[in-house]
Amino acid sequence: MQINWFTVIAQIVNFLVLVWLMKKYLYKPILAAIDEREKKIAAELADAKSKMTEAKKEQDEFQQKNNDFDKHKKKLMDQATSDADKEREKLLDTAKKEAAGVKEKLEAASKELQENLSDEISKKTQDEVFAIAKKALAELASTDLEEQFVHVFIRKIKAITDKDKKQFIGAFHSDSAPIAVKSAFDLAEKDQKGIRSAIADILGDDVKYEFKTDPKMISGIELAAKGYKLSWSLAAYVNSLEKSVATTINKTHQAVKQ
Amino acid sequence: MNLTPDQTIFWSNGFITINLTIVTTWGVMLFMVIGAILITRKLKTTHKISRWQCILEMIVTGINEQIKEVGLENPEQYIGFIGTLFLFIAMCNFWIVLPWYQPPTGSLSTTAALAIAVFLAVPFFGIQKSGFFAYLKTYIKPTFIMLPFNIISELSRTLALAIRLFGNIMSGGMIIAILLSISPLFIPIVMKALGLLTGMVQAYIFSILATVYIAAAVQESIKKKKLVNKSTN
Repeated sequence: MQINWFTVIAQIVNFLVLVWLMKKYLYKPILAAIDEREKKIAAELADAKSKMTEAKKEQDEFQQKNNDFDKHKKKLMDQATSDADKEREKLLDTAKKEAAGVKEKLEAASKELQENLSDEISKKTQDEVFAIAKKALAELASTDLEEQFVHVFIRKIKAITDKDKKQFIGAFHSDSAPIAVKSAFDLAEKDQKGIRSAIADILGDDVKYEFKTDPKMISGIELAAKGYKLSWSLAAYVNSLEKSVATTINKTHQAVKQ
Repeated sequence: MNLTPDQTIFWSNGFITINLTIVTTWGVMLFMVIGAILITRKLKTTHKISRWQCILEMIVTGINEQIKEVGLENPEQYIGFIGTLFLFIAMCNFWIVLPWYQPPTGSLSTTAALAIAVFLAVPFFGIQKSGFFAYLKTYIKPTFIMLPFNIISELSRTLALAIRLFGNIMSGGMIIAILLSISPLFIPIVMKALGLLTGMVQAYIFSILATVYIAAAVQESIKKKKLVNKSTN
């Protein structure tokens, strides 16, 4: 176990040479590579950070724009809604007015129609009633009944008032035409005689007579001289009633219209 | 049986002797330099690197971190010396897996040479950091009486470095040689594996102690510098 001093010196030199070589070929390139890579990574990280910041900024900007757009949209929407509401109310008002007008017109038309209908119905009813009455009476009328009428008529002539008598006489004398006696059926000789005698009591015997038949009278007798008329018939009653009813209906209608 | 490779002499002329230690050292040096050149020739600075580059980067950054942990602030300044010390010893000890290989670290001349290198490097870095006189003053700290003890400490630790490495590696080689003569099968393989482990541990111990010595010298001068700066301010 000896120390060879040449070997010691040689090994020191060898070691120093190795230190120099290792520095040159190992440590420096390796450390430089590591440093460069670290720098690169740091640069990449910085780049990523800047990109991130930029992205964040853009995102914020976009968000802001989005918010603005939403606000604008809401404003427009509100405006549109309020406009639509106003327009709707306007249209609704117009429609209500129109509907009221139409309703009024319709009511008037309906009323008029009702009235017309009512008029027509009452007129028709009236006509029908009287036609039925006339028909029924015409069917009932007969020669026997005529006789009864003649009796009643004669009684009526006899019961004539003084005032009427004067009028009757006046009318008779002003015209020389015969006295027209109208009846629904042909009068029997006996009845004609009765009438003649009754009139002769008033006017005297020199009176000419003209006996006629008129089915429209239904039943009854009419005596006519110029300007004077004495009659008693069912038709006259019915016509009188008809006139009276018509007058009443007209009055009612006028009251309703007013 | 040779105790050290120094005894295997290839060529001798007076003082100059080319022995197995020197030749093996050259071989190891050649291997290391060629390997380093081959790997660092294709260094990449991108994210994807070759596995050899990765291994080398791991080794270099590992050594850097170790130096930093001991307390040296600027490891790049010391990695050339300390890193090479570690890698050289580790490489010398690594090849004991090969048959008939005799590691140069099994020679007291080599270990003494490395210990002397450390002995010289300590004041070199100390002076580089704080100046010649400031470094020398560290020998009379805390008092002048400590000067001989400091000097003895410097010498004895250098001797200890040399003897420790030599003793470990030489004994490992001796044990394998003795076991080969007793039981040539299997057992020497286990011992070789153990020797490999011991070799790596010794490389680490040697270089870490060197780092500690350098750090002590450098930090002492740094402390002194700080004190001077404070007093002048």
